[in-house]
Amino acid sequence: MRLQGTLRPKLRRILALVRKETRQMVRDPATIAVGIVLPVILILLFGFGLSLDVRNVPLAVVMEDSSAPAGNLLAAFTLSSYFNPQVVYSPQAAERLMMEGRVDGILTIPSDFARRYGAGNARVQLVVHGSDANRARIIESYVDGAVGAWSARQSADEGTSAGNGPVGVQSRLWFNSANDSHYFLVPGLVVLVMTLIGAFLTAMVVAREWERGTFEALFVTPVRSGEILLGKTVPYFGLGVLGLLLCIVAAKFLFRVPIVGSLAVLVAGSMLYVLVALGVGLLISSYFKNQLVASQLTMLATFMPALMLSGFLFDLRSMPAVIRALTYLLPARYYVALLQTTFLAGDIWPVILPNAAALAVMLGLLGYASRAVTHKRLG
Amino acid sequence: MLASLLRIVALTRKELLAVLKDRRARMSLLIPPILQCLLFGYAATYDLSHIPYAVLDRSHSTASQDLLARFDGTRLFERVANLSTQRQVRDSIDDRRALLAIEIPADFARRLQAGGADLQIIADGRNSNTAGTALGYAQSVVDDFNSDWRADHGQAGPPVMVAARAWYNPNLVTRWNMIPGLIGTLTMIQTLMLTAMSVAREREQGTFDQLLVTPFRPAEIMAGKALPSMLVGIIQATGVLLVAQVWFRIPFQGSFLTLYAGLTLFVLAAVGVGLVVSALCQTMQQAMLFSFILIMPFALLSGLTTPISNMPLSLQYFTFINPLRYAIDITQRVYLEGAGAGVLMPDLWPLAAIAAATLAAASWLFKRL
Repeated sequence: MRLQGTLRPKLRRILALVRKETRQMVRDPATIAVGIVLPVILILLFGFGLSLDVRNVPLAVVMEDSSAPAGNLLAAFTLSSYFNPQVVYSPQAAERLMMEGRVDGILTIPSDFARRYGAGNARVQLVVHGSDANRARIIESYVDGAVGAWSARQSADEGTSAGNGPVGVQSRLWFNSANDSHYFLVPGLVVLVMTLIGAFLTAMVVAREWERGTFEALFVTPVRSGEILLGKTVPYFGLGVLGLLLCIVAAKFLFRVPIVGSLAVLVAGSMLYVLVALGVGLLISSYFKNQLVASQLTMLATFMPALMLSGFLFDLRSMPAVIRALTYLLPARYYVALLQTTFLAGDIWPVILPNAAALAVMLGLLGYASRAVTHKRLG
Repeated sequence: MLASLLRIVALTRKELLAVLKDRRARMSLLIPPILQCLLFGYAATYDLSHIPYAVLDRSHSTASQDLLARFDGTRLFERVANLSTQRQVRDSIDDRRALLAIEIPADFARRLQAGGADLQIIADGRNSNTAGTALGYAQSVVDDFNSDWRADHGQAGPPVMVAARAWYNPNLVTRWNMIPGLIGTLTMIQTLMLTAMSVAREREQGTFDQLLVTPFRPAEIMAGKALPSMLVGIIQATGVLLVAQVWFRIPFQGSFLTLYAGLTLFVLAAVGVGLVVSALCQTMQQAMLFSFILIMPFALLSGLTTPISNMPLSLQYFTFINPLRYAIDITQRVYLEGAGAGVLMPDLWPLAAIAAATLAAASWLFKRL
């Protein structure tokens, strides 16, 4: 099929630019560093290094009571995979362990435990180390659960069924029944890698061209500014897709995170996000035209918010209203919602469509803005 | 000796001028850490203040309404939907309208009278950490209901009660750990980058050769490069510390002397790492990327966002050479526990060792330039 007269040279110019940019990208060590080394480091760190799961909690147990029920309760902790109890016989020894950071909590079984247990109102005391509040709270609830389960078992054995109290809670965790924190850390990782390649790398590389004046060299050629932008975008978009594939393979085969939704939605949503990130990178670099400023600014404006304000670690609904309002401006926010849903819950269109639409609107605005900033004019 | 000192002072002055002469550069050193501290101080919290939940009440009894009223009364829970079918439960969780869905079975009131009723709570596990915290809050609302019910109906309490307390952070507010941890993190990011750039900039601009023909010895050049960065680092740390105390009003338990001693060692270690990077890199871009590749694992494996004890052993060994790991431990413990220098020795000497090793390596590298 023959292309129409005006379209054909345009296409040829774009193709030539894409070829030039791709060569430039592949031969640039910075691309290798940010496009390949950093994503691999991130994948390994997130997959193996980060975990919010609480297992094998080192716990000092002060045994002030040596009766059978007390020993029995201690055995329940020893057998549990959640705790790693260490028996001490004085409160001072336990406190020393806690001060040295060798245990995360102290469980005290008081001397009147057996007597009061017989009367049906025993108490044990738990002190947790508050220096990691999130972990401390989980430890509290695990200890509570372990003691509750133990006493329910005891009463069942003795035939004095007390049950779980007046109202027992049966809780179920949907989409992540194994309660494995990798299930939400790995989708978050995809967001970070896409942000890094899309925004950070592009901002740095394009700003360097402005600094060195090679961008201006392009301006004297017959290519239009829109074509220059397109030529820049295509190779980095390709690199982003490569990073995405790397992440999906790692998620599925290395970290065994399920992909419940369809791969097509996952890939399409990610491509949309990479384009938005590219737009941000291009815009910042074309505006500041300085490597240092551009890369630090993209770091501050894209990577850090993707880590802290996107809802992948910290719940958006609990942030103060001002900050929550700010998160609506961040593309990462929509991408996190889209990814977490597609990875873990499935193709739930009421979540996917609005988030994808928000990204598409941002893409339109960014495309318009970067064209406006990239005049063919020498500064 | 005195002449050497004078030369170092002169070079420090020159470096400070180079970094601070520009108003924009001055701002870019001080504003971002404080802004980030404010932003993350509010945002980076695992605590929940708003839990939207949906209810499927099949019981329609006074007991079930009494229980639900307790959820609504906490200000933490917000009822977003009253559902009537199982299908709606699925939808309300799926499209993220509700974080929790509470299902009360039809025989709730009858079984409660008989001694033991069940309640089902479904949580959106897409972020399992948030879901777990929300379930914990829900459990404590039900616990309150139970103990009141027992008191009203003359029943004995559970056979064993757990009385829990938390040391150093009695209400278990994440912000209390996060912000002291940020003092080290935010300071490291910029100190390391600033130092790494300083020599690379001179090299890229060709002024490093000029510096080499002056009477400065390599060690003096290094000191002249290290001191300004350290100064900037300490000022940044002070800025973040002020935000923690004046804005967030987190009570400071320790001594400033201990804190600053620890911070000085930490900044020295960070500057040491920066100087090594600087000596190895030819251009500013290389320096920036290299420091970035280092900062990432330093920040993620520091124990700030996820506990070090959860990491596999090989990565736990890596954290031994991570200056930030020790800095976070020092700032959190001095800040919240009031720990003294004696207790902090296991953190202080590794920092000193890292500083000594990196500075020695940097000076060796500089001599070979």
